[in-house]
Amino acid sequence: MPTVSVKRDLLFEALGQKYTDEEFDELCFEFGLELDEITSEKEILSREQGDEKAEGASDVVLYKIDVPANRYDLLCLEGLVRGLQVFKEKLEAPRYKRVSPADGGEPQRLLITDETASVRPHAVAAVLRNISFTQERYESFIELQEKLHQNICRKRTLVAIGTHDLDTISGPFTYTAKPPGEIRFKPLNQSKEYTAAELMSLYKTDSHLRHYLHIIENEPLYPIIYDSNGVVLSMPPIINGDHSKISLNTKNIFIECTATDLTKAKTTLDMVVTMFSEYCEERFTVEEAEVVYPDGRLCVYPELAYRTEKLSGDFINKRVGISESAESIAQLLTRMCLRSEVSGEGGLIQVEIPPTRSDVIHACDIMEDAAIAYGFNNIVRSTPRTYTIANQLPLNKLTELLRQDLAAAGFTEALTFALCSEEDIADKLRKNIAETRAVHISNPKTAEFQVARTSLLPGLLKTIAANRKMPLPLKLFEISDVVLKDETKDVGARNNRRLCAVYYNKSPGFEVIHGLLDRVMQLLDVKPGRNQGYHIQAAEDSTFFPGRCAEIFSCGKSIGHLGVLHPDVISRFELTMPCSAIDIDIEPFL
Amino acid sequence: MADTGLLESLLRLLEKVDGGTDSQDVAADLGVDHQVIVGAVKSLQALGEVISAEQKSSKHWELTGEGREIAEQGSHEARVFNAIPDEGLPQNQLMKMPSGKVGFSKAMSNKWIRLDKAHEGGPRVFKTVETIEDAVRDKLQLVQKGQSAKLEDKEKNELKKRKLLSEVTVKSYWITKGSSFSTTITKQETELTPEMIASGSWKEKKFKPYNFEAMGVAPDCGHLHPLMKVRTQFRQIFLEMGFTEMPTNNFIESSFWNFDSLFQPQQHPARDQHDTFFISDPALAQQFPQDYLERVKKVHSEGGYGSQGYKYDWKIEEAQKNLLRTHTTAVSARMLYKLAQQEKFTPVKYFSIDRVFRNETLDATHLAEFHQIEGVVADYGLTLGNLMGILHQFFTKLGITKLRFKPAYNPYTEPSMEVFSYHEGLKKWVEVGNSGVFRPEMLLPMGLPEGVSVIAWGLSLERPTMIKYGINNIRELVGHKVNLQMVYDSPICRLDS
Repeated sequence: MPTVSVKRDLLFEALGQKYTDEEFDELCFEFGLELDEITSEKEILSREQGDEKAEGASDVVLYKIDVPANRYDLLCLEGLVRGLQVFKEKLEAPRYKRVSPADGGEPQRLLITDETASVRPHAVAAVLRNISFTQERYESFIELQEKLHQNICRKRTLVAIGTHDLDTISGPFTYTAKPPGEIRFKPLNQSKEYTAAELMSLYKTDSHLRHYLHIIENEPLYPIIYDSNGVVLSMPPIINGDHSKISLNTKNIFIECTATDLTKAKTTLDMVVTMFSEYCEERFTVEEAEVVYPDGRLCVYPELAYRTEKLSGDFINKRVGISESAESIAQLLTRMCLRSEVSGEGGLIQVEIPPTRSDVIHACDIMEDAAIAYGFNNIVRSTPRTYTIANQLPLNKLTELLRQDLAAAGFTEALTFALCSEEDIADKLRKNIAETRAVHISNPKTAEFQVARTSLLPGLLKTIAANRKMPLPLKLFEISDVVLKDETKDVGARNNRRLCAVYYNKSPGFEVIHGLLDRVMQLLDVKPGRNQGYHIQAAEDSTFFPGRCAEIFSCGKSIGHLGVLHPDVISRFELTMPCSAIDIDIEPFL
Repeated sequence: MADTGLLESLLRLLEKVDGGTDSQDVAADLGVDHQVIVGAVKSLQALGEVISAEQKSSKHWELTGEGREIAEQGSHEARVFNAIPDEGLPQNQLMKMPSGKVGFSKAMSNKWIRLDKAHEGGPRVFKTVETIEDAVRDKLQLVQKGQSAKLEDKEKNELKKRKLLSEVTVKSYWITKGSSFSTTITKQETELTPEMIASGSWKEKKFKPYNFEAMGVAPDCGHLHPLMKVRTQFRQIFLEMGFTEMPTNNFIESSFWNFDSLFQPQQHPARDQHDTFFISDPALAQQFPQDYLERVKKVHSEGGYGSQGYKYDWKIEEAQKNLLRTHTTAVSARMLYKLAQQEKFTPVKYFSIDRVFRNETLDATHLAEFHQIEGVVADYGLTLGNLMGILHQFFTKLGITKLRFKPAYNPYTEPSMEVFSYHEGLKKWVEVGNSGVFRPEMLLPMGLPEGVSVIAWGLSLERPTMIKYGINNIRELVGHKVNLQMVYDSPICRLDS
């Protein structure tokens, strides 16, 4: 969930009202935001880098507000204020308008060349005219781009935004891709020119930019945007040129978004321009720009599309569980920036979805907004009449019953991890990893998460190792799932419910573990015997001490092993005493 | 237990004195070691109110081993003096005596003897006086007779410095008659025996009182794990509410069922390597319900069922990727799809409690695997108010009655609500779960009828367990680093109390 940091006083000034922290927290809760933290730059610095570094830093109060991941329109102060003011009915939602250049001029044009197809094929653009920045507005503008980059743009992989002082460059602009050696320009906030290849090594150590290098690093061609004089605007998604950088005094802004996902590029552009067209001379207007594709197709951006949905008041009432008139529902929706009115035909509500609400893609999203405006906590809570008979999953029912009786037999239940290292299930048990049928994880952060366990035994032995100070004997059990590869399953693997128990003492206690097997079989109502009953039979298994291992058969089918553990297994789990164990599959007893 | 004869002697002695006596005096009178009398006092105390005894301590002077030797045989210097004949003794011969070294220097400083270094045949020692007075021996003999009071403190300290005397603290008892004093002792029985029951002799016998302050002997038993005890209770609650258990015994899931079927777009951050464990072997899932897969692909990439869709290029390769399920909702999706394949829809209530996996940063409250509790209800015409109502019933069974709901975002539910409960201890609202109504884009491609709503909620099993059992570090609860003593000691789980 993205967190937006805003200055409290600036926020209250924009809202035209002062709140106590509690009141504002309450407003956030109702609206679906979360006032996560109240802090200051000084506090943050002092926490992260120590009091010394924080000396002299600003102690202006900051609100850190958690915003739902799909509400890109709330990622800056401007958007938050607009959303809350409309919600509080202090403001009518603005109408965003795309306009042609004044005085009949030609729109700015961005030409896309063929070469971009392999690396980053899409681009959209727009112009903000006669904007007036203040320090705060400027900072918010930069911060919004960063927030969008981190969220909808998926760390610039899907979309990258570049904003430029239009008065320093001249169109038409060309979006192309070139070998890194052929690209040369002075990047943002640097004093000299670099080739693209040099830039990539320069930014290797940059705490911010190094995270984006991988996106194009191994591409033969890098994306690049030039103006008509060959001035570099940007090398997306890494860095802008220094030449066209915006400042507090910038009046006209050219915005380009390059992308691998066109839908997200359009949304991103819409967000930037709807949020900051507030500061244009003609408020909430955005000057169009043309994008020409290699095949000659011409598109005009930003789209700023308004969409209308029709739905009945009944639909909302039935889904939410309220009974409001169509008019009052229309009013609720209008408070959520979804301008609504009841039209003549059959009391249907016409809901207009603005370009800022890209999250509204279905009538159910509209229904939710009505419920939020109504107030979740004002909805009457009622019990559904759904009549059903409960059933336990037979496997879990058996597990629950056996657990109780294993504890009654003197064994204590352990709860161990389903993920472990390859070593745990192979080397330490004296097995070959290839024979284990283990499922392997492709992206473990540490060795603890290399495989899903194929046996419960390593977990139990590790539990004993961590509890060696406890009085002997230690008697542990676990009934849980292991995971085995199985080609007959759609995903190629299946769980297997197993029962494992260990006895750890100064003498191996094979008879104790054997007695536990007899008890489990008694509980499962299986009698001793060769055919319809159960029996054990000497077997060799590398985990066990030679001559001290038996295979367990029930109704003629092998269900597991019991025996005294091999001394190497004991040592490899950092244990010092003899130990016997039983490991059986309980699924045959369903 | 001291022998009865001694106990009775002690009691008879006590009978004669008024106001009580000291156990040390008793030892002296009866001619036995003081420790034996201490034992006798304790035995008598155990019999009830026969005597009462108060512990006290006193200090007195006692000879050391060396002191006793001197009291008997004389001081070292006296022994040296007495060993020297009138014609003198060679110094080396004198030094070989047991008291030689110490006695020689003391006798020299007392001027009892002299040393002739120039004597022919080597240095020789001669007496200088006829008789001596062995004051050290006399003083020690006084102490031995119990008359240490006759010595000055300075003298006692001097002897203490020479390690001949030591001051000892003696713990003794001041013994007085008890409320049921008697000079005879009835032997008390420790336990009732089968013989006593058979003969009826228990009627005449006195029984030694039990010490009810002591702890009992711990029963020899096994124990259930606290997290599993809490799981059992949650399972019970769902069963009481008429919910059927889902088969969640499949940790390995395809991206299709874990994400795509839930209308979670393929570029969603949750599908990132940083959040989810992907599987390298078996890397890909092979079988899907083909027509359903086509409908899922369409609703993602183009929309439909009243939805705009996400408008992106949906790829089967992404859906095939196997992973460790990140939520049990993947199983709910399989179950709802299965339900949709029934000839006629029937309402269902489902639940599950099982492991899920996240490739996240680990800390004191987060592990790579945890248990998710999930409840799902599918029926015609379910409302958001119904979801709140059922959550209210569910949480009431957990002993939580004050609930409120915050709008939230979740890719597969709309509306989505975070559930908060008022924490009386912290005096604030804390999040206790997540809930929502499944999106039509998830349900309709499965083939569920248009009017059917599916409401669902989830929470973790670990968090309520940590609160219930007062555990701050999740590693002490889950995994092999568990503290078994905690498992042994943990009480039964009643969530509503």
